[in-house]
Parts: sequence; structure tokens; C-alpha cells
Amino acid sequence: MPRREAAAVGVAAVFLVVVLPICNALPASSPLHLSDFRLNLFGKFLAYAILALGLDLLWGYAGVLSLGHGVFFGLGAYAMGMHLMLEIGAKSVYQSSLPDFMVWNQVKELPFFWRPFYSDVFTLAAIVVVPALFALAFGFLAFRSRIRGVYFSIITQALALSAWLVFNRNEMRLGGTNGLADFKTIFGFPLNQPATQRGLYAVTALVLVVAYLVCRWITGSRAGKVLVAIRDSETRVLFSGYSPARYKLFVFVVSAVLAGVAGALYAPQVGIITPAKIGVLPSIEMVVWVAAGGRGTLVGAVVGAFGVNWMQSWLTTSYPDLWLLFLGGLFMGVVLFFPDGVVGGLARLGTFIRRAPANAALRGERTQPATVSNRP
Amino acid sequence: MTRSLLFLLLCVAWLAGPPASHAQSPDALKALGDLALEDSDKREAAVAALGGTRDPKWLEFLTALRDGNVYARGKGATREIVVGGVKTTKGDQDVIDIATAYDRKPLGTVPVSSLTEIAADRRLRIAIKPFLDADETRVQLASPDSEARRGAAVKLGHQADAGAAAVVEAAIAKETVPNVRHALEESLALIRLAHGDAAVRVLAAQSLGGLHSFDGVPALQRLAADTSASRAEREAATQAIRQIERWSLLVRTIETSFQGASLASILLLMALGLAIVFGLMGVINMAHGELMALGAYSTFVVQNVFRARWPERFDAYFIVALPVSFIVAALVGVVLERGVIRRLYGRPLETLLLTWGASLIIQQGLRLWFGAANVDVSSPSWLSGGFALMTGLTLPFNRIFIIGLAVVCVAAMYWLLFATGAGLRIRAVTQNRGMSSCLGVRAGWVDATTFALGAGLAGLAGAALTQIGNVGPSLGQNYIVDSFMVVVTGGVGKLAGTILAAAGIGGLNKGIEPALGAVFAKVAILLLVILFLQRRPAGLFATRGRSAEA
Repeated sequence: MPRREAAAVGVAAVFLVVVLPICNALPASSPLHLSDFRLNLFGKFLAYAILALGLDLLWGYAGVLSLGHGVFFGLGAYAMGMHLMLEIGAKSVYQSSLPDFMVWNQVKELPFFWRPFYSDVFTLAAIVVVPALFALAFGFLAFRSRIRGVYFSIITQALALSAWLVFNRNEMRLGGTNGLADFKTIFGFPLNQPATQRGLYAVTALVLVVAYLVCRWITGSRAGKVLVAIRDSETRVLFSGYSPARYKLFVFVVSAVLAGVAGALYAPQVGIITPAKIGVLPSIEMVVWVAAGGRGTLVGAVVGAFGVNWMQSWLTTSYPDLWLLFLGGLFMGVVLFFPDGVVGGLARLGTFIRRAPANAALRGERTQPATVSNRP
Repeated sequence: MTRSLLFLLLCVAWLAGPPASHAQSPDALKALGDLALEDSDKREAAVAALGGTRDPKWLEFLTALRDGNVYARGKGATREIVVGGVKTTKGDQDVIDIATAYDRKPLGTVPVSSLTEIAADRRLRIAIKPFLDADETRVQLASPDSEARRGAAVKLGHQADAGAAAVVEAAIAKETVPNVRHALEESLALIRLAHGDAAVRVLAAQSLGGLHSFDGVPALQRLAADTSASRAEREAATQAIRQIERWSLLVRTIETSFQGASLASILLLMALGLAIVFGLMGVINMAHGELMALGAYSTFVVQNVFRARWPERFDAYFIVALPVSFIVAALVGVVLERGVIRRLYGRPLETLLLTWGASLIIQQGLRLWFGAANVDVSSPSWLSGGFALMTGLTLPFNRIFIIGLAVVCVAAMYWLLFATGAGLRIRAVTQNRGMSSCLGVRAGWVDATTFALGAGLAGLAGAALTQIGNVGPSLGQNYIVDSFMVVVTGGVGKLAGTILAAAGIGGLNKGIEPALGAVFAKVAILLLVILFLQRRPAGLFATRGRSAEA
């Protein structure tokens, strides 16, 4: 990593992980005070940013567009949610050791797959392992048979639809349409305390920084270069003796794990996880975060996740009818006019300004700037 | 309890017995007089006596009594029961036309205040009802409308009154319409099963088995389990149940195949448009579902115009709506293609996102314009109802229509692609865009017309969907992922692939559904498609050669 970039990442990390929670802890009268609500909102956005990083790694670098990442997000979030439901214990509305929705549905005994979630260690492991195994199985089948491009996107979209349908069923014992909610404590800390929320935020920000560094390490490595080569011409990579399927599977699993971790951080901060977060629309919305921020640049994914969601939380409260129109327009506008997103656009603007004197000197000699883009 | 039983018996006796010839028997007249009394038991007995005469005129009187149009006039020995008619106001008092109770001879106009109303309280109305109902059933059995006759027959079968057997037998003798005759025979067998002696019951059970009577199964099961019944009876019942169950298995199989064909037709209508565009431009149009919704809403608008302007020709609206929805969707498709998709040629993933954005905008636009709630599209009369294929199976006309529409569309597509110049150009550009351009085919124009065609087909599919489902802004979302699966499974370049894939996915879906339920059937289909793509990653009919890897 170049020194300038390292410095920038360091500053951003300190700001997100240390400065913002301190601002939140300041008394309300201070001009630098950050409200609990705001910090919680930022925490949610940062969780989304972790997911966006993974998606960017998959789409922006390897050129594989997944329209089903909501599923992996959901798997992580439900794993965490199940543990939190069990932590409530008999403090629930019905005073039963079973989660409330099971009492409504006349479930007498805790289903077997819920039992291990009593354990903290198992839960933390499941958050990583369950999405990883699922992505491994699905990705193995998909990449082995060289399902790619539009085909892969369609299949993952069908996956999102199927998962949404399944999670909505009461028979799955996962809370049906209402999902999992009313969490009370996380690993013993009460969730309604600002200090717990501050801690959760700090953990989320820290995970984001770590995730960024991991992604940066992958893209900087030899494997990262192969990924970009696969994006630009998979056939050529294949003929050069590499196995694109293995690289794609690797990056698919990494991005699924990041999505799962993001989900697990999301659930306790928002306090609810429902199938509505898994379906087709949320999954494709995640793609637009990356597209708007700038794919192929890891910073872009973070910026996009933050920016689009901030916009959403503002628009859906002020102008609820306009949000979908705006989202649709964002999809079209970004694809048509800013294929590299905000970050890519800024970078181009920067290059243009830096080269402005040189361009002026060249004017007259060249009639057309020869720009070659090899992006699919 | 005993009283209601008495009524029932009276009713039954009345339904079975010969019509009373003498109208104003002394009994009836005495009963009429009793109506004015305070004693409700006597009043009830009076109603039973009057109804028991089975005389249409007395029944008419009972109807008037139920509706509160019967009055008493005079006092003591001169008391007379009359039926009230039109009420008017003359000067400062209300007057009313009255007539005699039985034959409605006019008795002139008298002040309302000179009469006492004989109120029909709840008990009296309940007493009157069986007589009027029984009469209604009898009238229905003689109705010129065969559906009404069938309804009456089914009702008699459910009631299974012993006395009704004679009436049903008489009706069978006169009946010519097969399905009504079938219903009558079924109800006769049910009546006999309930009331006959052992030999009759055996015959009735055999008859029910031969008639494949689903309604008879509970009664037969009771008989088969009845330890007091003879062995012959129980065997006959068991045999009949087995016969009916075999038949119902056949019916279910045919029904499932029909539903599968119907779902496959819907998927095919949607996937046809998607597939030709995908084959030609490598673009999956995510807004396809919304183009369908546009077609459905066009049908809604056409329907409203007809309802407002030409209500007498309402049935014709759907004929007009089909081309209108095709054109509306095609125009929007052209705008989409020429406006934006054209700029992204060769970048399929970006096009995917772009068309998804367009779909969100169209969807929200529809929601803002027509409201978020579903709108009401009523079927024209020629699409309601169904075709009775066999006992227990009716194929609805709207589903048959959709299957027919899909067949016509496929035939039209084949004709267009393989028998016209435009089709030749479309196939040329699909195979090799560059070479076609060099040979003078205007690829851009071909793109635009093909996209319009695909969009128009989506519009048609939307219009067809109005006849079988709800029309709302998210109409397209329900089927769109399935039709993507059809395109992916079918592969590009060959219509046959799309047709086979639609038939396979539609048929499998309906075939698995009874066992797994709708949700898990969908999941199973996804798994099957993924496994299928293991063998054939580019679908059923993949393009081979150099262009395939591009």
C-alpha cells in the first residue's frame, strides 16, 4: 500500500473508530455532540459498507455480478438474531424460555437447530461459517459449470427469491414474516443502553477497517491481478493456464463471509431482522451502492453504501413516494453517465485538472483523445 | 324440536303427495282464522296447515304474510283476513287497497287505521320458510335454465329427504341435458342410500360409484363403517368408494396437467419476448415484468372506457384491449431501447442494472398514477365459466384462452422469424451482428423492432394475466424471476428451447406443488435448474462455434 493511501486509511480509521464514539459520549450541550440516533444510523451504514466491500471485490474486481447477496447478509443476521432471541430467555412477553413467535405458533420445544445458538462461540463461528459454506456449495455448482455473466446474475436472483420465500414460512421456525425482534441483551450487555450501542458501533467500524485492509491485501496480491484479468477476459485467463472457477469461488466465499458479518452487526444495532432484508429488491439495492460509489475501487463501495443509505433514510422520511423513483433514476444515471461511480468520476476529474495544461498544449495536434476502456 | 320435525314431515309429505284439488277447504279457512289469534302455537299450526295444502295461491299468501302485508279486518265473528296492496295517502289519512286472502278478489280501498296488521314474528317466518323453499326448489327443477335445475338437484341430494325421491324421478324422466340428468341421478341415489332398505341401498351405492359421485363419498363411508348394515351393503359401499377414488385420481391428473399447461403458457408468453431480445442483443430486460404490468393496466383503462362509453358492447372490450396493450408496451419498449439500452451495447451486466432502474421507475409511476391497491378488471362474459370436460372437472375458459393465446403467439413468432424478410434480418443479426451490418442490414433498426416486439409480447401477456389474477403495480414481479429461469434454461438462439423450458418448468412446478407446497416447489425448481445447468451451462439449445464464447 502506498504511503499516502496508508495515511488516509489510518486517518479515516481513527475518525470512524475513535473520534465519532467520543463525540457521542460528549454531553448533549457540546457543539461536537453526536446524538445516539445518528451514531446508531452510522453504525447501520458501516455494516452495509462491510457488505459493499465484499460485493465490490466480487463485481468490481472479478466481474461477477451477484444479485443474491441479501441471502448471505440474512444468514449472518439470522445467526446473530437467533442467539439474541435465546438470550432474552424468560424475560419475553410470554415469560417462556422459548422465543415469543414460537409461543404464538404453538411450538412446544426448541427446534434442534436453535439449540447450539445458546453458545456465544458457536454463534460467532456460525456467522462466518454458515454463509461461507452456503456460498461454497452454490458457487461450486455455478462456477464449475461455467455459469457466468447474465446467467449467474439471474441464478443468484432466483436464489434471493427462493430464500425470501423460505424465510417467510412459519414452518421454518425462523419467525416467518415478522422475523426476529425485541432483542434485550447482547452477550450480557443490555441493548437499550447508549454505551452498548456505542460499543457495537465501534466494533462495526473496526470490522470495516479490518475488512478494508483484507480486501486491499487481496486486490494487491497476485490473486487480485488474476481476478481483474478474469473480469477483462475470462477466456484468455483460462487459456493462460489459470482456473478462473477457483479464483471466482474464492472471492465469492470471501464476499459472502463479509456479507454475513455485516448482517450479524446489523441485527443488534437495528433491533430486528426480517425476510424483507433478504429478497430480490434489497439484494439488488446493495449492487447500486457499489455502482454509485464506484466499483473497482474499494473506497467507492464504502462511500456508496454510506451515501445511498443516507439518502434513503432522508428521502423515505421526507418524500416516501419519491424514494423508488430516485433509486430507479440512480440505477439508470450511474450506469449511463458515471460507470465508475462517484469515486471514479472524482478521480477522472482530478486527472483532467492535473493534465489540463498539458492538454491545452496538445490541443490542435490531436483531434480526438484516444481513451481505451476494456471494462466489460 | 318435535315441532320442527313435524314441519319437515309436513313439508316432505307435501312435496311427495298429490296436489290438493279443493282450494278453500274448511280446514284451510279455519287455519286462516287462527292466524289472527295471539297464541303463537296455533298460529304456527295454521301456517303448517296452509302450507300443507301445497296450493300456489296459499303459498303466495304465505309470502305476503312473511312480508308483513296481511291484515285482519272487523271483529269477532265478522273478522276477516285480507291481503294489503298499494298504500296511498288520501286527504289526511293513509288508505290501502285490500283483497281476499285466497284468490285476491279486490275488496276496495279502506283506511289503514281500520285494519290490524298480522305481524310475522321470527317464529312465524321460520315456520313459513321451509314451505317457500321447497316450493322454490320445485320451481327451480322446472326452470328453463339448466344451471338452476342442476343447482336444485344438488340441493335435493344434500337434503336427502325420502319424500323428494318421486319428484326427482319425475324430473329425470323429463331431463335432456346430460350434466343435469347426472346431478339428478346422483341426488336420487343419495336419497335412496339414506332412506331405502338394504337391497335399495346396495343398488344406490353401486349407482353412486358408477356416477363417480364425489358428494356421495361421506355417505358411502358412513355406510361402509356402519356395523348394523348388511355385508352386501358394506361391500357395495366400499366398492363404490374405490371406484370414485380411481376416478378422482384420473381427474386430478388431468387437472394438474391442465394447470401445468396453463402456467407454462403464461411463462412462455413472458419468456418469448425476453428470449428473442436476449438472443439478439445479449440483454436481459429486467423491466419486462413492468412492461407486462403496463399491458395489464392498458386493459384496465380500455375496460373503463368501454364501461363508460359503450356499456352495451362491454364484452368486446377485451378484443380491443389485446392490441392496445401490445402497442402501449411496444411503444414504451422502443423508447427504452432507443433512449438508453442502445448506449450500452455489449455491456450486458450494466444493461441489467439499467433496465432494473427503469422497472423501478415504471412500477412507482403506475403506483402513483393508479394507486397502490389492486384495480378491478372484470372478465368479459365469454371468458367466465368453463368447459365441463368430465364429472368433477371443469376447465375454466380464461385458462383455455391463455393456452390458446400462447399457441397463437408461438405460431406467429415462427412465421415472423422464418417466413418474412424482417425475420430473416433478425436471425442474421442474432447470428453475426458485424457481418450483417457489413451486408447492409440496419442492425440498429432490427434491435429496435425486435425490442418492440418483445415488449409487445410482454404487454399481451399482461393483458392475458388480467383474466386470471390481480392487477397491481407489482404484477410483473410475481412471474418475472420464473420467466428468467425459462430463458436461462432454454438457452438463446432457438425458440424451441424457450418453449421446451417453459413447458418443463411450468409442468414440473404444478406437478411438484401438491407434494411440497408452492414455496418449496419453487425452491426445488431452482435447484433443478442449477443441476440442469451443470450438464448444459448455456441452456437446452446453446449456440455453438466462435460466436458462443464472445
